[in-house]
Amino acid sequence: MIPPPLPQSLKTTPRLDRWVCFNADRTVTVFSGKVELGQGIETAIAQIAADELDVALERLSLVAGDTTRSPDEWYTAGSQSIEIGGASIRLACAEVRSLFLEAAARELEVDVAELRVRDGTIEIAGTDLRTSYWDLAPRLSLARDATGAAAVKTPAQHWLVGKSAPRRDLRSKITGAAYVHDLELPGMVFGRALRPPSYLAKLAAFDADAIRAMPGVVAVLVSGNFIGLCAEREEQAISALRAARAAASWVEEPTLPSATEVGDFLPALPSVRSLVYRHGEALVAEAARRFEASYSKPYIAHASIGPSCALARYDRGKLTIWSHTQGSHFLRGQIAEVMGAAAADVEVIHKDGPGCYGHNGADDVALDAALLARACGRPVLVQWTREDELAWSPYGSAMVVRVAASLDATDRIVDWKHEIWSHTHIRRPGWGEGINLLAAWHMDPPFPLPPAKDVPQPTGGADRNAIPLYDFPAQEIGYHFIADMPLRVSALRSLGAFANIFAIESFVDELAAATNTDAIEFRLRHLQDARAREVIETVAKAARWKTCEKGDGARGRGFGFARYKNRSAYCAVIAEIEVGAALRVTRVVAAVDAGRVVNPDGLTNQIEGGIVQAISWALKEQVLWDRERVLSRSWESYPILRFDEVPDVEVLILSRPGESALGVGECAAGPTAAAVANALFNAMGVRARNLPLTPDRIARAME
Amino acid sequence: MAETFKLRVNGRDCEVQAEPATPLLYILRNDLKLKGTRFGCGEAQCGACNVLLDGNAVPSCDTPLWSVPGHEVTTIEGIGGESGLHPLQQAFIDEQAIQCGYCIDGIIISAVALLRRERDPSNTQIAAALDRNLCRCGTHVRILRAIRAAARAMRASPKT
Repeated sequence: MIPPPLPQSLKTTPRLDRWVCFNADRTVTVFSGKVELGQGIETAIAQIAADELDVALERLSLVAGDTTRSPDEWYTAGSQSIEIGGASIRLACAEVRSLFLEAAARELEVDVAELRVRDGTIEIAGTDLRTSYWDLAPRLSLARDATGAAAVKTPAQHWLVGKSAPRRDLRSKITGAAYVHDLELPGMVFGRALRPPSYLAKLAAFDADAIRAMPGVVAVLVSGNFIGLCAEREEQAISALRAARAAASWVEEPTLPSATEVGDFLPALPSVRSLVYRHGEALVAEAARRFEASYSKPYIAHASIGPSCALARYDRGKLTIWSHTQGSHFLRGQIAEVMGAAAADVEVIHKDGPGCYGHNGADDVALDAALLARACGRPVLVQWTREDELAWSPYGSAMVVRVAASLDATDRIVDWKHEIWSHTHIRRPGWGEGINLLAAWHMDPPFPLPPAKDVPQPTGGADRNAIPLYDFPAQEIGYHFIADMPLRVSALRSLGAFANIFAIESFVDELAAATNTDAIEFRLRHLQDARAREVIETVAKAARWKTCEKGDGARGRGFGFARYKNRSAYCAVIAEIEVGAALRVTRVVAAVDAGRVVNPDGLTNQIEGGIVQAISWALKEQVLWDRERVLSRSWESYPILRFDEVPDVEVLILSRPGESALGVGECAAGPTAAAVANALFNAMGVRARNLPLTPDRIARAME
Repeated sequence: MAETFKLRVNGRDCEVQAEPATPLLYILRNDLKLKGTRFGCGEAQCGACNVLLDGNAVPSCDTPLWSVPGHEVTTIEGIGGESGLHPLQQAFIDEQAIQCGYCIDGIIISAVALLRRERDPSNTQIAAALDRNLCRCGTHVRILRAIRAAARAMRASPKT
């Protein structure tokens, strides 16, 4: 039998000893490139490995995102950590287990089929004959490539996968030191970077010596438009930063769009259209009715609760960086290039940080720390400010989506057109050419801004989830790619899927309303995918959806659905809202089919969080600017959802133990936003097509 | 100029030397190595750095060192940890009411202050007590549940 192709991570790092190690103290170390971001992946990966190896979870520790010790597994992103990282660990562990069973069978002179593994001990039931992974390990080299030929466990054999194992990292996080922010090294100083006041501001004058003379200041580094400083004590670094900000004078240009309403400026920017997808012939001539509508979402900030932070040590030409990056190996390569060092002289070690939800300032601050560590010769902990985290981290790109469709005489959708205007949705360090690190663009000589390149299909960037899962006989999807980026953009949880699903699911709702058809019934008419139908029917039943139910002028319910990337988890959402002074979401019910579930409670936590975050995006969030500067610089100017605005949330998981495990971190965002907007229409007959759904936008939509 | 200040933190007396205007946050984190008090905004807008000052939840980023002597400071480490978890910490683990966790210590501090005033708070009271706390992961639903569970547990065993 030819084994199926190895997952990408195992192709990149095939050697089994790069994944699993049995230690002399009868513990197991598993190496992973997928890092803990607050999504619970450390626990899920450990569960997969412990289950496949038949070792108690407590014996197993994980080394993740360490460029010296862990495999290079691309970024921890895109809801792929379970699908690819988990699948790789699973195959590697299955093969390791199989090799040990063969070795045990030889030593014990029995057949492999007679052996069983119990917490790492390999034994023959009913006899005293036994050995273990640790007994055999000195004689069994794992310095060999994975073949993928070993059989993984069947669903019935799992004892830990499918169970809600508690998160392993939580206790330390609520009792003291836990994050990169909390690390200390002997002789460590505190660093800060002074960012320019606007994207293209040029430093005109700065008296560095005045800052150097301040109490505790150890070093001030000025290179082009980059200013960084270090001080003995953190409050001294903050005082020096404040003084530096007051002392620096900059020349600024009005480079930002004159409008902040996305629909008013984005489609007018120069763009190049490419065809994303087309099938069938548009039957417009036969169509009874044609509809079209335009939707938009603004630039949205990652807005992590903890501003980015990194610790760097520069010692005799060797640089070690502790970072909450999503891509340690990429970051190492980029920092080495900026510093003019060999990659072998740079080590990046992942350390947990606050939730990032995509590409925030984590990588940028690592370069700040590296530059300052080299400049001052002592270990430096660099902490970004709240203002910089909001104003200098990349944003999720603004988008405009125009949708058009035709209905035939029987109220079926016979053609569908979906046109997107967007910047790229990824500019991570290591994605494409050039250097994608903030300080590198500011220092002298600067590294040029690399050309933008979005994620191609089949997963897509701006066009992620632009192809409807519905069976429309004719479809055409176009992407107007805008190369210029007046604001800094990169990956934000779910990329373009958020806006595309919002548009598709809003528009389908509009068509259902235009035909006086129940919103769910209308969708099911156009949907054959059995798993999709079951997810939709499950949520409708759980929420007691009533056919063609009407809102009461203030309260209403709406529905939204998607299969993330059209190849990952299915998610259907029903939102209940109430409109008073503002739109308030009161209850959300969601159903999810993510195939085989590794940790049901962890999955539920991700879905709940995705729903609440999407409500925050949909109701409140929008980056604002004037002609020169970003104005969203604090929690006052960039408000997010608060505790008194949060709905009740219920999540149902469909059990599919026989199916592949699918990533879930991003699947709830689009369906939730659509369900909220559709609920507003259901409640008040108001169709709001431009996010966020703030009171004044709802009022404008009513006009 | 740095001056010497006598503080009482987590039931212990200690002495630190720093500028009088230094925010308590950095004294706790860097001088006393109490890292569970987290920097979130430095502008008293997010609650990540909350500590108890004489039993009231306050943002330590906005509390100057000179104002602290004579008051009792409690950080998350003083709420519970090595010697056993506080019922609120236990409830957060039982309910898995944490994603990234960065906001949670400040939220637990706000909840400790609430449950000292109000043994059986309503959801509205809990949300009001957390009005100065932000969470970005969207763990709110579980956080509210954990606080209710902790309140129940504390009513059942009033000693804690």
